[in-house]
Amino acid sequence: MAKVSKKKASKKKTRSGGAEQSNEGHPDVVYDDEKEEDATDEDITVEDEDEHDERKRQKLLEAIGTLSGKRKKTLGERSEAAVHMSEFTVNAEGEGDKVDLSDLIGSIEKTPGLSGKSKKRLKNLEQSRKTIECPLSKQESERIRRDLAFQKVSKEVSHWKSVIRQNERAEQLVFPLNQEPSGPKPIERVVMGWKAQTPLEQEVFTLLSANKQPINDPILTPTEEASMKAMSLEEAKVRRAELQKARALQSYYEAKARRQKKIKSKKYHKVLNKAKSKDFQKQFDEMVKRDPAAALEELNKMEMARMQERMSLKHQNSSKWARSKAIMAKYDEGARKAIQQQLEVNKDLTQKLVTSLNKEEEETMEEDGNADVVPDFVNDAEQGLDFSNPWMTGKLSQDCVEKETSNAVTIRAEENVAEEEEVEETEEEVLLREFDSRRKRRQAQEADAAVILTEEEEEENKDASDKEEEELSEFTSLFKGIAEGCGEADTAAELEKELKIRCLEDEELLTQDKEAEEEEEATDKGPVVPQHPPATENGQKTGKSRKRRKGIELKQVLTKGAQVLQVPFAPTIEDAEDSEGKLDQRGLIKEAFAGDDIISDFLKEKRKQEDAGKPKVVDLTLPGWGEWGGGGLQPSCRKRKKFRRKMTPPPPRKDQHLPGVIISEKRSSSIRLHQVNALPFPFESPSVFENTIRSALGRTWNTERTVKKVTKPKVVTKLGAIIEPMTREELVKDKNRASAGSSSSVKS
Amino acid sequence: MKVKVIARNPDDYVRETKLDIQRVPRNYDPSLHPFEVSREYTRALNATKLERVFAKPFVASLDGHRDGVNCMAKHAKSLSTLLSGSCDGEVKVWNLSKHECVRTFQAHEGFVRGMVVRYCGTSFFTVGDDKTIKQWKMESPGYGEEEEPINTILGKTVYTGLDHHQNDPVFATCGQQVDIWDEQRSSPIRSFTWGVDSFSSVHFNPVETELLASCASDRSIVLYDMRESTPLKKVIMTMRSNTLSWNPMEAYYFTCANEDYNLYTYDMRYLAKPIMVHMDHVSAVLDVDYAPTGKEFVSASFDKTIRIFAKDGGHSREVYHTKRMQHVICIKWSADNKYILSGSDEMNIRLWKANAAEKLGVLAPREREAANYSQKLKEKFQHHPQIRRIARHRHLPKTIYHQTKELRIMKEARRRKERNVRKHSKPGSVPVVSEKEKHVVTVMK
Repeated sequence: MAKVSKKKASKKKTRSGGAEQSNEGHPDVVYDDEKEEDATDEDITVEDEDEHDERKRQKLLEAIGTLSGKRKKTLGERSEAAVHMSEFTVNAEGEGDKVDLSDLIGSIEKTPGLSGKSKKRLKNLEQSRKTIECPLSKQESERIRRDLAFQKVSKEVSHWKSVIRQNERAEQLVFPLNQEPSGPKPIERVVMGWKAQTPLEQEVFTLLSANKQPINDPILTPTEEASMKAMSLEEAKVRRAELQKARALQSYYEAKARRQKKIKSKKYHKVLNKAKSKDFQKQFDEMVKRDPAAALEELNKMEMARMQERMSLKHQNSSKWARSKAIMAKYDEGARKAIQQQLEVNKDLTQKLVTSLNKEEEETMEEDGNADVVPDFVNDAEQGLDFSNPWMTGKLSQDCVEKETSNAVTIRAEENVAEEEEVEETEEEVLLREFDSRRKRRQAQEADAAVILTEEEEEENKDASDKEEEELSEFTSLFKGIAEGCGEADTAAELEKELKIRCLEDEELLTQDKEAEEEEEATDKGPVVPQHPPATENGQKTGKSRKRRKGIELKQVLTKGAQVLQVPFAPTIEDAEDSEGKLDQRGLIKEAFAGDDIISDFLKEKRKQEDAGKPKVVDLTLPGWGEWGGGGLQPSCRKRKKFRRKMTPPPPRKDQHLPGVIISEKRSSSIRLHQVNALPFPFESPSVFENTIRSALGRTWNTERTVKKVTKPKVVTKLGAIIEPMTREELVKDKNRASAGSSSSVKS
Repeated sequence: MKVKVIARNPDDYVRETKLDIQRVPRNYDPSLHPFEVSREYTRALNATKLERVFAKPFVASLDGHRDGVNCMAKHAKSLSTLLSGSCDGEVKVWNLSKHECVRTFQAHEGFVRGMVVRYCGTSFFTVGDDKTIKQWKMESPGYGEEEEPINTILGKTVYTGLDHHQNDPVFATCGQQVDIWDEQRSSPIRSFTWGVDSFSSVHFNPVETELLASCASDRSIVLYDMRESTPLKKVIMTMRSNTLSWNPMEAYYFTCANEDYNLYTYDMRYLAKPIMVHMDHVSAVLDVDYAPTGKEFVSASFDKTIRIFAKDGGHSREVYHTKRMQHVICIKWSADNKYILSGSDEMNIRLWKANAAEKLGVLAPREREAANYSQKLKEKFQHHPQIRRIARHRHLPKTIYHQTKELRIMKEARRRKERNVRKHSKPGSVPVVSEKEKHVVTVMK
């Protein structure tokens, strides 16, 4: 150790001065006492002798020095290296005392505990001749440490940059930052701190825990959670959307069904049922083509229903209700209709399917159908009107037949026969049947108006008799016209047309009205009856006219509001009074402003302004300059011409082509007071600034939503809430946001 | 005679429920509104005038101290509680909503130099001229009990400032050195020195909670990290800074109140140049506090005024003064961003509104909408000369008015001289030094 310190000392000496350069390489003799003690025993003995010699020599030197009398140097023992060092104290003998690293670590070789690796390293160290650089001064090292720490901190702090920038750009900041969302809290958060206390609660909780039901977090059971995990977010979203759609559709259907159910109109339901059956028929036909097996099944089902119907007495008019209705039917139209409807249902259900081939059964069935308990007049009533009657809908030629025949009670039997005939008829018999119908038609004509009168009566029930007669006469004449005007073969077709039209009308009305049936009928017939043509035209024409009339009717039915809207505003009907009134007013105004002629005044003013703006000729002649001057003397003509200056004309006025406007391009001092005269700071171009000014903010010029958006305050604080400083959570949030944003951008 | 009547469909103007907004038929086609800008201008002008009419910022004065109010502290959890310490060592706790003193006790001998409420709001610390740090309970002692601190630390030197960590039981004091204390220990866990200084204030960063900054008498501001053993950086300015305040929403910005009548906002990463110089005071600025939103700050000055600056505004947007208010020593911005509290030499604490013309209390929705609209109008037309003139008009005490004028003249003269020197010397030999650079002497690493 001592030797090492010696080395250091020598080094310092070399630095300290050039004078001691020569001593380089010699070990220093001066060292600390304490260090001396540290040295090994051998060293001490050697050095003791050395020291002894040295002291002697020094004393001798001192003595010599005193002799010279020059100066007295007290070179005492030194404990540290110093600049002032006597060259005589250098000991040349110290060579042998130099301690090598090998001396120090020599013993290591022998120690068995040390690993080979460290031994090797030590050996390397021994061989290297490099000296260790002296450590930096305290100030320097501190500065470096500070610098490093500062860099670290500033880097750390810079993470806030994005948050700060975002807040600066934000249109609105809401403080406090970590506000709890208003509104109801999720139940699990409310329940969080709650614990079971009463025995009942405890019991419940043990039950829950036994069944692996959630206790603290009552939202999801473990299985539910697992399923949640299994489903990804996208899937869940898609599924939810589907469910929502299904729910919405269901609600629509429900609403529709409810609405339909509410509709009281029987006609509507009739039409609906018909449509349904038609649909069903269509589907069935398709099914026959596509999937015969399923069709067969369906057929069986229908057959089954038919059988059940036949077996049961549900629609057989044998119920108490039906009987009571049958009694009432004589007087009440509604009851009659109801019974008829029931009969219809019965017929529908008991009808043998078309596909079946066995005729016999059909026959029997028909017979069954005819063998009703219902009194006959129920069937008779208003058969001409009721198109939903299957007898009328299916075969039109027969319909008319029936219509005519059923009117008269006397033809009852005949009709029955006819019906039976119908049942048995085949296609070959169509011709025959037509002939028959013609015959019957003739009969009907003969049966005269009285027959039809009854029909009409039944239709309307309440009309005054004379009016009725009028209508009836029209009606009959129509019929006559039909019968006479064209061939009898046509009549059936025409009638069919007519009926169809009427059907259409009915349907249209159905869609519109929700009124009581009577009213309906009234509206239905009101326009129909009086507009029968006076029977001069043939059937075709009547049909057309009806169609046209129907169009007009439609317009009438249309909401009047729409019609009003279509009427133009200005050119309303100019009544004589109105125009008179206007004239009066005009005259009044004229009279009132008779004195002043505004237009000409305005034009004058404009001309004046224009004149003022025109350049004037400037006369720059100086009288007396270069000529004789004095009173009464005029400058010469030539000079005046020479010095007369015409100014260049200004650019054309902006109101040049606008006769009714004066545009002044002069600066108005009163307005200038309110105008911005320099581009304000944050703006870079006047156009941007002008744009910000141009867009209005108020609700007079903007929609409510825009106003709300535009007038949003920049900082919103909650009343009475402490605004805490920003926390590190914000940083985390921002990072998440950024990562989410980047991922989304990658996706898109 | 035919009578024609204008027909109106109630569907067009009757609202379905009373919760709906009123239906006002309007045609928003801009070609139909040629005068919208001028109409809005008029509205903006009126709004600005009304704002000046309603600008009554002074709310209340809390008197009771028997010496100048030297320091104040906001309660961490309660908006209505304020603590104040005076120059005679007395501490008072105030109820702001009732405008009354709740508790008074003698905390120190000599000045109460600093006080701070612990983050939980249950206790607070005070330091005084008697070289002690004391911790007190927030609730007043029961009947018959004496006011006694929970904890007292006897120091070797006078402590001049105090601040508490945002969410750890650690606080910092400053005096001859900056010390970091653990609440549980009676000796500092860390001490920072950098040359021989005396520090006037120390403040924790509320966002990056381990950072601190202090103002020293050698005209410097020193930054520290609690986790490091050495200070971080030091900036020396032309004059001494009295205090500083960190922006509570922006981690690396702080503003210091300087003796040279200005305030400087620094980015702590780049100390060579402040990012903004806030001028307007006409005497030394003694205290500064940021609004909790971090958008504005308020400063108290020796010139007997309080000024409110936008964080990036070179000049104040508002100045408050009263006839009786003397040198304002301490200032605080309330935690709900609504009020400003100032403690001044003449023993009073004053409560001000942060927005002078704002209506206090709950606003009806329509009221709020109207306020928002007029605010936006004012912003939109703020550059128009008439509106700016009215909005900027403030009445100032005569002395301050004249001093401002004088300062302006001096500044102008200095500028003129500099210009002349530059003109008459070799090009480039007199560089142009911006106002921001002028006030920083060096940054020491």
